[in-house]
Amino acid sequence: MPVRPTAAVTARRETFRQLLRSKTLIPGAAIVGFWIFCAILGPTIAPHDPLGQTQPQLVAPSWKYLFGTDQLGRDVLSRVLAGARSIMVVAPAATLLGLVGGTIVGLVTGYFRGLVDDAVSRVIDAVLALPLIVIAVTVLAALGPSTVTLIVVIGIVFTPLVGRTVRAAVLAERSLEYVQAARLRGERAPYVMFVEILPNVMGPIVVEATVRLGYAIFAIAGLTFLGFGVQPPAPDWSLQIYDNYTLLSAGTYWWTVLFPALAIASLVIAVNLIADGIAQVLDR
Amino acid sequence: MLGPFADPASVKALDHQLGVDRPFYVQYGDWIWKFVRGDLGMSLEYRVSVWSLLGASLLNSLKLAAVAFVLVVPLSLLGGVVAALKRGRFADRAITLTGLSLTAVPEFVSAIILILVLGIWLKLLPVTASAPSGSGFFTQIKFLLLPGLALVMVLFGYIARMARAGTIEALNADYARTAYLKGLGTPVVIRRHVLRNALLPTIAVIATQVGYLIGGLVVIERLFNYNGIGLRIFTAAQNKDFTLLQSGVLLIGIVYLLATFTADVLYAVLNPRIRHGAAE
Amino acid sequence: MSADAAPALQLVDVDVVYRVRGREREVLRGVSLTVGRGEAYGLVGESGCGKSTTALAVVRYLPRNGRVRAGSIEVAGRDVLSLSGAELRRLRAQELSMVYQNPGEALNPSIRVGDQVAEVFRVGGVPRGEAPARAEGALRTVQIAAPASVMRRYPHQLSGGMQQRVVIAMALAKNPALLILDEPTTGLDATVEAEVLDLIQQLQAEFHTSVLFISHNLAVIAKMCERVGVLYAGRLVEEGPVERVLHDPRHPYTVGLLRCIPRGGVRKDHGRLDTIPGFLPSIGEELAGCVFADRCALVQPICRTDEPPLYDVGTAHASRCHFHEIAQELPRATPADLEQPLRIDRTSTPLLRVEDLAKVFHQSGHDVHALGGVSASIWPGETLGLVGESGSGKTTFARALLGLVGPSGGTVELDGRGLAPRLGQRTPEDVRVLQIVFQNPDSALNRRHLVRRILRRALKKLAGLSGSGAEERMHELADSVRLAERHLSVRPNQLSGGLKQRVAIARAFAGSPRLVVCDEPTSALDVSVQAAILNLLVELQADQKVAYLFISHDLGVVRYISDRIAVLYLGRLMELGPADVVFEGPHHPYTEALLSAVPTIDGGGRDRIRLKGEIPSPAALPSGCVFHTRCHRRIGPICEQEEPPLVEATPGQFLRCHIPIEELRRLQAPEPAEAAPAAVV
Repeated sequence: MPVRPTAAVTARRETFRQLLRSKTLIPGAAIVGFWIFCAILGPTIAPHDPLGQTQPQLVAPSWKYLFGTDQLGRDVLSRVLAGARSIMVVAPAATLLGLVGGTIVGLVTGYFRGLVDDAVSRVIDAVLALPLIVIAVTVLAALGPSTVTLIVVIGIVFTPLVGRTVRAAVLAERSLEYVQAARLRGERAPYVMFVEILPNVMGPIVVEATVRLGYAIFAIAGLTFLGFGVQPPAPDWSLQIYDNYTLLSAGTYWWTVLFPALAIASLVIAVNLIADGIAQVLDR
Repeated sequence: MLGPFADPASVKALDHQLGVDRPFYVQYGDWIWKFVRGDLGMSLEYRVSVWSLLGASLLNSLKLAAVAFVLVVPLSLLGGVVAALKRGRFADRAITLTGLSLTAVPEFVSAIILILVLGIWLKLLPVTASAPSGSGFFTQIKFLLLPGLALVMVLFGYIARMARAGTIEALNADYARTAYLKGLGTPVVIRRHVLRNALLPTIAVIATQVGYLIGGLVVIERLFNYNGIGLRIFTAAQNKDFTLLQSGVLLIGIVYLLATFTADVLYAVLNPRIRHGAAE
Repeated sequence: MSADAAPALQLVDVDVVYRVRGREREVLRGVSLTVGRGEAYGLVGESGCGKSTTALAVVRYLPRNGRVRAGSIEVAGRDVLSLSGAELRRLRAQELSMVYQNPGEALNPSIRVGDQVAEVFRVGGVPRGEAPARAEGALRTVQIAAPASVMRRYPHQLSGGMQQRVVIAMALAKNPALLILDEPTTGLDATVEAEVLDLIQQLQAEFHTSVLFISHNLAVIAKMCERVGVLYAGRLVEEGPVERVLHDPRHPYTVGLLRCIPRGGVRKDHGRLDTIPGFLPSIGEELAGCVFADRCALVQPICRTDEPPLYDVGTAHASRCHFHEIAQELPRATPADLEQPLRIDRTSTPLLRVEDLAKVFHQSGHDVHALGGVSASIWPGETLGLVGESGSGKTTFARALLGLVGPSGGTVELDGRGLAPRLGQRTPEDVRVLQIVFQNPDSALNRRHLVRRILRRALKKLAGLSGSGAEERMHELADSVRLAERHLSVRPNQLSGGLKQRVAIARAFAGSPRLVVCDEPTSALDVSVQAAILNLLVELQADQKVAYLFISHDLGVVRYISDRIAVLYLGRLMELGPADVVFEGPHHPYTEALLSAVPTIDGGGRDRIRLKGEIPSPAALPSGCVFHTRCHRRIGPICEQEEPPLVEATPGQFLRCHIPIEELRRLQAPEPAEAAPAAVV
C-alpha cells in the first residue's frame, strides 16, 4: 500500500489507541493506579495508625472499623491501605533486575549461539528444574532474610526465565535479512544486538515484564507468608494473613485475613489484566 | 541442637559425628556420592536418616499433587478448547479472564478464600488436609480436595491458555480447512483433525507446570500443615537443617526432571514428525 | 438435484465484504462469471485483487469477518449461499473440491496419508472396509509409483510434489462437479511444477472435470485454461478465451500487465520494460467510476464518474472499459529508450573471480553438500544470472561469496587479489564493494528504523559520510531510486512492496558498490512492480558500471537482465554461457529440461521434456554426474560412474556433460513443423 500522508497515523499511535480500547488493560491500570496511590499515600490516608496496637482487639467490621481490627488491636483497613508499599517496591525492583539481566542474556545467547548459547542454556535448564519458591527459600535460609537479598534472589531467578523468552525472539530476528545487511556494512556485534535487534524484540520484552511483575508479586507474597520475605512489623498484606490465619479454623475472625487476601488478589489480577491487554495488542 | 552454651568439646564431637569438621568440598563430594547410592545422610536437626523423613513426605506430596493433576488437566484442557472454539465470544473471554485471574493469585490467598467459603461458611469440605490415620481412600481424597483445589486454581490458567492457543492455531491451519472442505462436520473436524495437533504442545507445558506445582506445595503444605515434602523443606530451611534441605531440593529437581522426561517421551510418541524422521 | 446442464459454477453480481475496524470493506465488486461443464476457467490478477476471496466465497469458507453481501453463487445448479449446514457438507463431500498453495500445510501432520485420502471416500458414503482400497486407487490415479507405501507414511515424509499429488488425489476422489485450484504450484520447483501441471491437465481431460484455476502467473493460465477472467481491485475487468485475452487484450490493465512481463527473448539492451504507474486502490476504497481510472493513461472524465459496463468485444470476449477499442494504444508509462548499453571487456582482470567455492553443512550427523566446487568470474558492469531449483546452491554461493557463511573450500578474488573467506576478516573497503539486495524487503529492512535512518547509517558505514554531506548524498541516493522526500520519514511497513525494495536497493548502493548480489529481488513483488524494479536495476548498472550476480527462478527475468547465465544443479555448475546461447541452445540436458518445464505466455516452441522423480537430497549426492538420476539423455554407465568435467563447448559456453556438443545440437534441434513466432502484444 502506498504512503498515506493524510492518515499520518504512525504505527505507534495506532498501537496506543488499541491499548486504550483494550477491555482488560483499562480496569487493570485503574486498580494498579489505586494501589500505587495507596503505596505512596497509604499511611497518610489511613483512618488509624497502621502500626499502632491501640484499638480494641478483634472487633468485627463496623462503621468505626470498616474492616475490623486484628488480634493485636490494629485497624485492618489502615493496614491494608498502608500494606501496598512494601510489595510495590520489592516486586518491581526484582522484576527490573531480572528484565535487564534476562534481556542481555537473551540477546547474547540468541545472537552468538554456538558455545555461549549451549553453556547458558544448560544453566537455564538447571534453574528451571527447581521452583522459584524452593530456590528462594534455600538461599534466604542460608543468607538470612532481608529485602535486598529477596530482590536479588528473585531477580537472578528471573534472569534465565526472561532470557529464554528474549532468546527465542532474538533467534527469530537473527534469521531476518536486515541482520545480514547490517553485517554486510561492517557493523559490530553490540551495534547489531542493541540497535538493530533490540527495538524489534521490545514487544515480547514488554509482555514479559508485565507477566514477570505479576509473578514477582505472587512469589514475594508467598515467601512473605512463609516468613522469608518482607519482615514484621511492616504492614504487609501477606504478613497480615500470616499473623492471623491460625485464627481462621474457628471461623469467627474472617475479616483479619479476607481483606488483605482480597487486596493481594486484586493487585495481581490487575497486573495480569494489564499484561493480557498489552500482549493482545502487541501479538496481533 | 546443643544450644548456644554448649562446651567446645561436645561441639567438636558432634561436628565430627556429623562430618561437618571436614573441608566443604569433601563434605559435598561425599554427600553427592552417598545420594547417588540412596543414602541421604542424617538430618542435622532430627538426628535421624534424611530418607526416613523425606520418603514418607514425598509420598504424601505425590498424593496431593495427583489429586490436583487429576482435577486440573481435564478441566483446563476442556476450558481451553471451548474458549478456542468460541474465540472472541463471551464464553472465551469468561474462561480466559477467569483462568488469568485464578492463575495470578498466590496459592495461599486462593486457599484462604477457599477455606473461608467452602470450609467454614458452606461447610462442604474439611479445612485440614491430613485425614485421621487409618482413613479409607475416599476420605483421604476428601481431605485433600481443599488444598488440591488451591493448586488447581493456580495451574488452570496456564494450561487452559496453552490449550486455547494450540487449538486456535490448529483451527486456522490449512489442514483444518481441508477437513471442512471434505464435507466433515465441525465435531468430527475437531475430534479427528484439530485436537491431536492442538494438544501436543500443551503436554510440554503441563510438564513444566510440575515445577510450579512443587513450589506451590511448599506454601500450601505450610498453610494446611500437611506433612509433605514442601513442609519438610520449609521447616528444614527455617531450622537451617542443610543436610535435609539439600536432599529435599535435589529430590524435587529429580522429580521435575522425571516429569519433563516423561513429557518428552509422550510428545515423541504422539508426534509422528519425531517418531518417523524426515522425508527421504 | 439439478440437471447436468447447469454450469459447474455460476457467480452473479457477487459482492464480498470484509469487516475491518468496524467498517465493511468491499473486496469483490459485482463479480459475475460462469464455468461451463468440463471447462477450465482461469482467474488472474495481482495480489490483493480478490482471487482467493472468490474461491473462498464459492466454498463458503470466508474468514469470520467476511461475508457475501450480494449476488448469488451456484455450483452445479445449487445455490451455495442458501444451503443448510448439512446440505453444505453434502455439497463439499460430493460436488466441490479445492486445492491450494502449500500442500504440506493442507495435509494433517499427525494422520497417515492413506487415512486422510480414505476419509474422503468415507464421507462420500463408501463403506469403511472399501475405503483404503479406493484410496490406494486414487493415489495410483495421480501417478504415485508405490501407493501402498505412501499410504502408510505421514505427510512430512513426502516431498512437496508428492504432497501436492496426494492433495489432488483427495480433491478428485469424489469426481467433483467443480475443482478449484488456488495457486496449486506456486512455491514448487519448476520441474516439479511442470509435472503437477501436466498431471492436472491429463486428469482434467480424463474425468472431464470443470476447473476454476486461480493464479498470478499468466503463463500458467495460458497453458491450463480455455477461458480467463482478469480481476482488478475486486472487479472482473476483462474476460474471454485465453488466446484472445492474452494476444488481443481490450482492457488497459490487461494491456499494461502483459507489457510488464519480460518475455519472447527481450533483453535489457533491447529496451526498457513498460510499467503500470500508481498503486492498487486500498481495500474497500469507494470508487465511483472505473476501478482502474487512477492508473490508466487513457483516462477520460467519464471513467471517473461512470462505471463501465462489460462491453462485448466479440467472440465471447468482454471488457469493462469505455475505450476498449483503443485499449491497445495505451501510451507507455515508461519510455522504451535506454542508455547506451555497457561494453563489457572480458579480456581484463575480472572484478570477481571465484575458484572451486565449496560449502558443506553438517546437519544432525549428515554432510549436506550445498556447494561442490563452483568456479566463475564476473567482469565490471556485467550481469551474471544464476538459475537452479531448490537445493541447487544458488543462495549458498552468494552468501559464501559475500563472506556471510565461511566456505569449506575454494577462493574468492577481487581484482585478482584474494579476499578473506569471512566477512569479519575483510577490510572495510572489501566489505563496501560487495553488497546484496534480498528477496523480501519486509525482512531485509529493520521495521523499527525510519527510512532516513536506514540510509544515513549505510552512508556512514559504507561511504564514511556524516553531517550535511551525508544528508546531501542521501537525497541523491533517494532520487536515483525514485524515492520521494516523504518516503524518507516513515518506517518501512508504511511503504508498498516496490517502494521497500527501492529503499533496500538504495541502501545497497550507498557506498558505490562494484558488485551487487540480487537474490530473487523481484520474486515477492507483483509483475507490474517487478518491471519497475528491473528497469531501475538496469539504469543503475548503466550509470555506475556495477556488476550484478542475479539469482532468480524466473527464467524470463533472468534472460532479460543477464549478460551471461550460470545453471546450478545440486551445488554443481552444469552450464555457464552467454544468455542467448544458454537459452537458444544447444544446452546442457538439465538446462534443456528446465527451459521446457517453464510455461510461457506465447506457448509452444520447445520439446516437452519432463524430468523423472524428485531432486535428490544434497545430503546423499548421486554418484558420477549428479544429474544422471533424472537425465532424459543419459548415454550409459559412464554417467553413473564418472563426473563429467566442465569444458568450454563453444566460445564462452561451458558445459558439464559427457555428451559432445555436436551430439547435443543434433538431439535438441527443433522439429521442422514447429514454428514459434514471438507474439506481439
